[in-house]
Amino acid sequence: MIDVHNITKRYGHHTAIDRVTFSVAKGEVLAFLGPNGAGKTTTMRILTCFMPATEGTARVAGFDCADQPLEVKRQIGYLPETPPVYQELTVAEYLTFVGRLRGITGPKLSSALDQSIGRLELGSVRHRLIGNLSRGYRQRVGLAQALLHDPPVLILDEPTVGLDPKQIIEIRELIKSLAGSHSVILSTHILPEATAVCQRVVIINQGRIVAEDTPEQLSARLRQSEKVSITLKACPADCEMKLRAIPGVLNVFPGQAGGSFLLECELGRDLRDEIARVAVLSLWGLLELRTVSMTLEDVFLQLTRHEDHLFEPPEAAVSMVTAEKTEA
Amino acid sequence: MTPVQAIIAKELRGYFVSPIVYVVGAVFLFIFGLLSYLYVGFAGAQAIQLMQMQQGGMAQINLNDLVFRNLFASMRIVLVIILPILTMRLFAEERKLRTFEFLMTSPIRIHEIVIGKFVSVFLIYLGLVGLTVLVPTVLMLFSDFDWNPIWTGYAGMVLLGALFLSVGLFASALTENQIVAAFVSFGLLLTIWLIAGLGSLFGDTTAGRVISYVSYMEHYERLVRGLIDTSDLLYFGSGLALMLFLTHRIVESTRWK
Repeated sequence: MIDVHNITKRYGHHTAIDRVTFSVAKGEVLAFLGPNGAGKTTTMRILTCFMPATEGTARVAGFDCADQPLEVKRQIGYLPETPPVYQELTVAEYLTFVGRLRGITGPKLSSALDQSIGRLELGSVRHRLIGNLSRGYRQRVGLAQALLHDPPVLILDEPTVGLDPKQIIEIRELIKSLAGSHSVILSTHILPEATAVCQRVVIINQGRIVAEDTPEQLSARLRQSEKVSITLKACPADCEMKLRAIPGVLNVFPGQAGGSFLLECELGRDLRDEIARVAVLSLWGLLELRTVSMTLEDVFLQLTRHEDHLFEPPEAAVSMVTAEKTEA
Repeated sequence: MTPVQAIIAKELRGYFVSPIVYVVGAVFLFIFGLLSYLYVGFAGAQAIQLMQMQQGGMAQINLNDLVFRNLFASMRIVLVIILPILTMRLFAEERKLRTFEFLMTSPIRIHEIVIGKFVSVFLIYLGLVGLTVLVPTVLMLFSDFDWNPIWTGYAGMVLLGALFLSVGLFASALTENQIVAAFVSFGLLLTIWLIAGLGSLFGDTTAGRVISYVSYMEHYERLVRGLIDTSDLLYFGSGLALMLFLTHRIVESTRWK
């Protein structure tokens, strides 16, 4: 449904996105993950034909963003970073205006209006001026705007910003319900959101895609060891040594609270029963034992930090080497 | 309803919800009324002088010359000051409130947006000008004058206003700051005005005529005097088309930044 091939966008000397390639299948929900300024919004703006790419091609539903912008725009419902609402209009007037811009008229328009107002539970504010609504309601009006014409492709730039927790869950449910019939790209820097609603995650950092996979596989791929956390009631001085002696345990880190430890174990081995046996036999009073899985958050931090390291200027390294040589 | 009509309707709604139209309209109508009152007063004073000279005979004063020509001529400066205030929000506000991105990603063409916005503000201007017809209508009850130069004067005011509004629309597309937009269009309008002075420096040479042609002054003056010349109509028509075209280019180019 969406095919992005080697897209680059430069602003003067600054490269906002660099040879980004990805695709979204019909009915798939894709999360675009990255720190602020990573190039998420730029990519979305290119896809919605707001701005052209410097290089590369982007196609939406078979139409080229550069050559057939009107066709592309018809296929897309877009929610920009800031909800694009007119404060002087009421919710109903605004959505009517949006519908007319999209060429929807007559009874079709009023049924589309009712449907999107119903979907986003805007019935109670239907005739209120948008200027008087709270941030959360404006965000929902923005979403209603994107959904109004029931587009096959939805591009949502941080759709849950400004909503309260209950609304966030509702919007996530809404996006999940759109999967299957709609292709959705949503950008976010809230990681649990990506895990909750998306089948696939693209992590972008400093304009480049650094990882692309399902949330589960991403964390599996980047996990270098199994981690187990235990909490003991009593911990004599030798307990850390005894834990370390268990075959397969690579490292033991004392936790913050007394009696809790984080054990790093060999990849692919579940040592929980062994650890439990040692703890019980030693009468330490085992209170808690659980595996710690790597969250998307860890993956994200690891990947973006990794990138930082790559971008360290090589001159610094060279000068360090030469300094060492002169000392010798 | 077509997309252009939808934009016109939305813009009109925006104008009437904000205080701009009421304030600008009140000032415009008040100044028009005040100027009419003053010129009628001057004309009356002149009539009394004439009667004294002719010792009792009824003096024939020409309201067309003494009132309406002066009135329409004075309206130039009023339009230069007032119309940028009407146009300043058209694109600048969209950009400030980030609705510009929404418009640009809607399946409509840029020229539809430009035309929709121009037509909406032009309709408001037409409404304001229409209200001023009350002044000659009232004067008609008390005196006798020729309506034809008044109609051409009104045609001049409508054409001049349309040109000014297109310059203002262009200035509004340049920035996201409404005050900057108003000042830029104000500056542009004054500059085009002063080009007439530059032209007169060159005298009645080809260069002088060409330079004067660029300014709206001589074209407007001829219409106010009651002369309909196709070259003047062509001037306003092509000036309007040029400004709308430039606005289109500016709006288009903001996508590349």
